[in-house]
Amino acid sequence: MAEWAAVVGIGQTRYKTRRSDVSIAGLLREAVDRALADAGVGFDDIDAVVIGKAPDMFEGVIMPESYLADALGASGKPMLRVHTAGSVGGSTAIVAASHVQSGTFKRVLTVTYEKQSESNAMWALSTPQPFSVHLNAGAGGYFAPIIREYIRRANAPEGVGIRVAVKDRRHGARNPLAHLQLPDITEQEVRDSMMLWDPLRFLEACPSSDGACAMVIAAADSISGNKPPAWIRGVAMRSEPTMYAGRDEVSPQAGRDCATDVYAQAGITDPRRDFDCAEVYVPFSWYEPMWLENLGFASPGEGWKLTLDGATSLDDGGDIPWNCSGGVLSSNPIGASGMIRFAEAARQVRGDAGAHQVENARLALGHAYGGGAQFFSMWVVGADKN
Amino acid sequence: MSTARPDVTGIEAPVYLHYHFTAGTAPARFLVRLREGLLSGQRCPRCAKVYIPARGSCPACGVPTTEEVLLPDRGTVQSFTIVHIPIPGNPIEPPYVVANIVLDGANISFIHLLSDCVNEAVRIGQRVEAVWRPPEEWDYAMDNIRHFRPLDEPDVPVERIGTLPVSGPAVPR
Amino acid sequence: MRDIAVVAFSQSACVADIGAVNEVELIMPQLQAVYAQVGLSSAQDVDFVCSGSCDYLQGAAFAFVAGVDALGAVPPLKESHVEMDAAWALYEAVLKIRTGHADSALLYGFGKSSPGELPAVLSQRLDPYYLAPLWLDTVSLAALQARMLLDSGSITESDMAAVVSRSRQNAQANPLAQLAGDIGVAALLQDDYLLAPLRRGDCAPVSDGAAAMIIATVEQARRWGVPYARLTGIDQRIESHNPCMRDLTDSVSTRQAAAAAGVHEAALDVAEIYAPFSHQEIILTRALGLDEAIAVNPSGGVLAGNLMMASGLARVGEVFQRIVNGDARRGVAHATSGPCLQHNLVAVLEGA
Ligand SMILES: [Zn+2]
Repeated sequence: MAEWAAVVGIGQTRYKTRRSDVSIAGLLREAVDRALADAGVGFDDIDAVVIGKAPDMFEGVIMPESYLADALGASGKPMLRVHTAGSVGGSTAIVAASHVQSGTFKRVLTVTYEKQSESNAMWALSTPQPFSVHLNAGAGGYFAPIIREYIRRANAPEGVGIRVAVKDRRHGARNPLAHLQLPDITEQEVRDSMMLWDPLRFLEACPSSDGACAMVIAAADSISGNKPPAWIRGVAMRSEPTMYAGRDEVSPQAGRDCATDVYAQAGITDPRRDFDCAEVYVPFSWYEPMWLENLGFASPGEGWKLTLDGATSLDDGGDIPWNCSGGVLSSNPIGASGMIRFAEAARQVRGDAGAHQVENARLALGHAYGGGAQFFSMWVVGADKN
Repeated sequence: MSTARPDVTGIEAPVYLHYHFTAGTAPARFLVRLREGLLSGQRCPRCAKVYIPARGSCPACGVPTTEEVLLPDRGTVQSFTIVHIPIPGNPIEPPYVVANIVLDGANISFIHLLSDCVNEAVRIGQRVEAVWRPPEEWDYAMDNIRHFRPLDEPDVPVERIGTLPVSGPAVPR
Repeated sequence: MRDIAVVAFSQSACVADIGAVNEVELIMPQLQAVYAQVGLSSAQDVDFVCSGSCDYLQGAAFAFVAGVDALGAVPPLKESHVEMDAAWALYEAVLKIRTGHADSALLYGFGKSSPGELPAVLSQRLDPYYLAPLWLDTVSLAALQARMLLDSGSITESDMAAVVSRSRQNAQANPLAQLAGDIGVAALLQDDYLLAPLRRGDCAPVSDGAAAMIIATVEQARRWGVPYARLTGIDQRIESHNPCMRDLTDSVSTRQAAAAAGVHEAALDVAEIYAPFSHQEIILTRALGLDEAIAVNPSGGVLAGNLMMASGLARVGEVFQRIVNGDARRGVAHATSGPCLQHNLVAVLEGA
């Protein structure tokens, strides 16, 4: 019943710790102008604007779509602001796609961003509340115990996280937009980096980045630009509570259900075989093997074996490269990180991923998660409609 | 302008907003009990799971919770991390252990410090008990428990963590 | 496009300070009420859930995450959130149903503004480089707008007081209203200015609370066998942020949204307008092209009670209730967002 929609334009900023050369609006415009140019369209060709970012408290600007409407050429158009925690970049892309898939609009501009350097995100995430102890151990402190439980359950060897940390940074070195440029990183360097939240070391965690990512999504009769479109073959979102009795925090049901849903839409029966590559939200190294299992690329307890075998590495010629762009481990403008996964999946099937292109990629997965690994959004994009 | 000045690339615009935060009816009862040195949870009327601290609903069933369950201050380590970075404004010296602890009789863990232990010997399934501050320091806060410390008891098998019955009386220390 | 119906609505009473109640405790009663209207047992019985809220109202990041605890999201739900009034959550859900990925949706909005000082909080919604550092609050901005209208000669202070008087009168029949009473124009004009030319009565109160709604395809509504109102049109438009860049005495984006939603394709008999200030109701009535015969804000509108982040959805709910009660056949609902009516949503509802 849904109308066909495709990604016809992608624009990203260079990701770095501080983009003091641009305002928030300027940062978004950098990505948006590139996406519009990529699609070969101008603001007049855009029917609606969908914007997403993580909590307003990260920059201290409340409901920023108000202030950003002018810079995004939204005046006189519908505008929507999505916020689903860390998965927001992916959810925003899905909501933007629904503008077209619903048959309501022909061409939609969507953009997500974070400019953490303009405020104190650590503060925003840790306003003290009396019913919990104020430990302020950060996101790593929250996820490290879950990773420890994965390691116990999967009986995984100690070096898997280190392997992912090196692999994604080497991928990132192929991507000129990536925040971290560490082409010569070694496993020893990661091992020697400071232990922050045991078992997570400094180099096994994502950086904090400023950046924005934008896309133009168009209906089948409104395809534009010089590059092939990336057809949206499936979209899915799932949410579950942060905590509930019996919750599987290592492999959340919301993630499994979301994958099942999006695979069914796209006709995926064996993700490792059917996909050519995947861009998956891995902010801490160990989440690669965990998500390999959660997303059905490996059986429970077997995900780390794919990582160690090099199956997910472009450099090792792996059969299912993950995060060829460098992933969240190489660039993390939080509100945009999910959309970057979705956009990088689209770049692969458009054959437009530059030095991190997977040869002849036809079908790719984009994935994002947020909150306490409780909010999931995923899409499948293809070079063909089926 | 006669003197050249550097370009302005940013301004400082501090934001101060004052809030009178309230925790909610269910968390307020939890905090009042804490002030008395007691750990109070709530049982879901539909699935019978016990939540602490309760927020007023069973998140799994989406129904209000009202039945109070007082829990003992001993529990089991569900998982943990050894943190090597300091907490701003907290005198604790890294490395220290932050653990997800499930109290006996509860079906959900909360995060707290685990101390008086050899960090390297901490393990999933380990038995622990609360170390309270002196009663005269008690406030409406989880900090009334200074930390948890290991108990000399056999470990709980992993599959039984989060399913143990109430192990003893809930009495103020 | 698929025909969509509103099938259930509930909102909490508007109160200035609801006290020690958290997000979950705020939302859950409204969810239970809309489930009961349709005969559903939980959010598991709908295909999609979408909410609207703003972290800064209560001063806690991720307030909407706590809200998920009210849903019973096990097994996991198809769920989304807008950091906007829940009227925009309705908009997202309508698109979702039109894609065919859902046949029904639960919507809710909630806000607890009492912990903070709302006008000051919302000043941080302005351009962070040029306007927010001035701490230009929402009431002052609205006062500037009212001054422009008065000076243009298109309204008088008596016109503004008449809006307030009618709101208070209408609210006497609304048990959920915060401000109601029999007060005339002359009495209102005797009040001192709060921020000239605005008197306290010209400004919506700030209320804590929540609202919830269920929508579905018309086919699904019929299967459920509940009374419903068809949502025949919905559109929303934003305009320039800078108050100096647009004509504050008009609402161009409301005109655009009204035209796209098909407001004037047939006669109307009720309108619920989200006008947080009395003069804005006049601007919006004109922009929507409403004539004297149409009952405007029979609930009293937000001048009688303003559930931040839910008031827009509640306008749609009010029109829905009047249609299923047989008091109206066709109505328009309006929601606004941003300083001086920057962003507006218009929905049209009709009897089955
Ligand atoms: Zn339950």
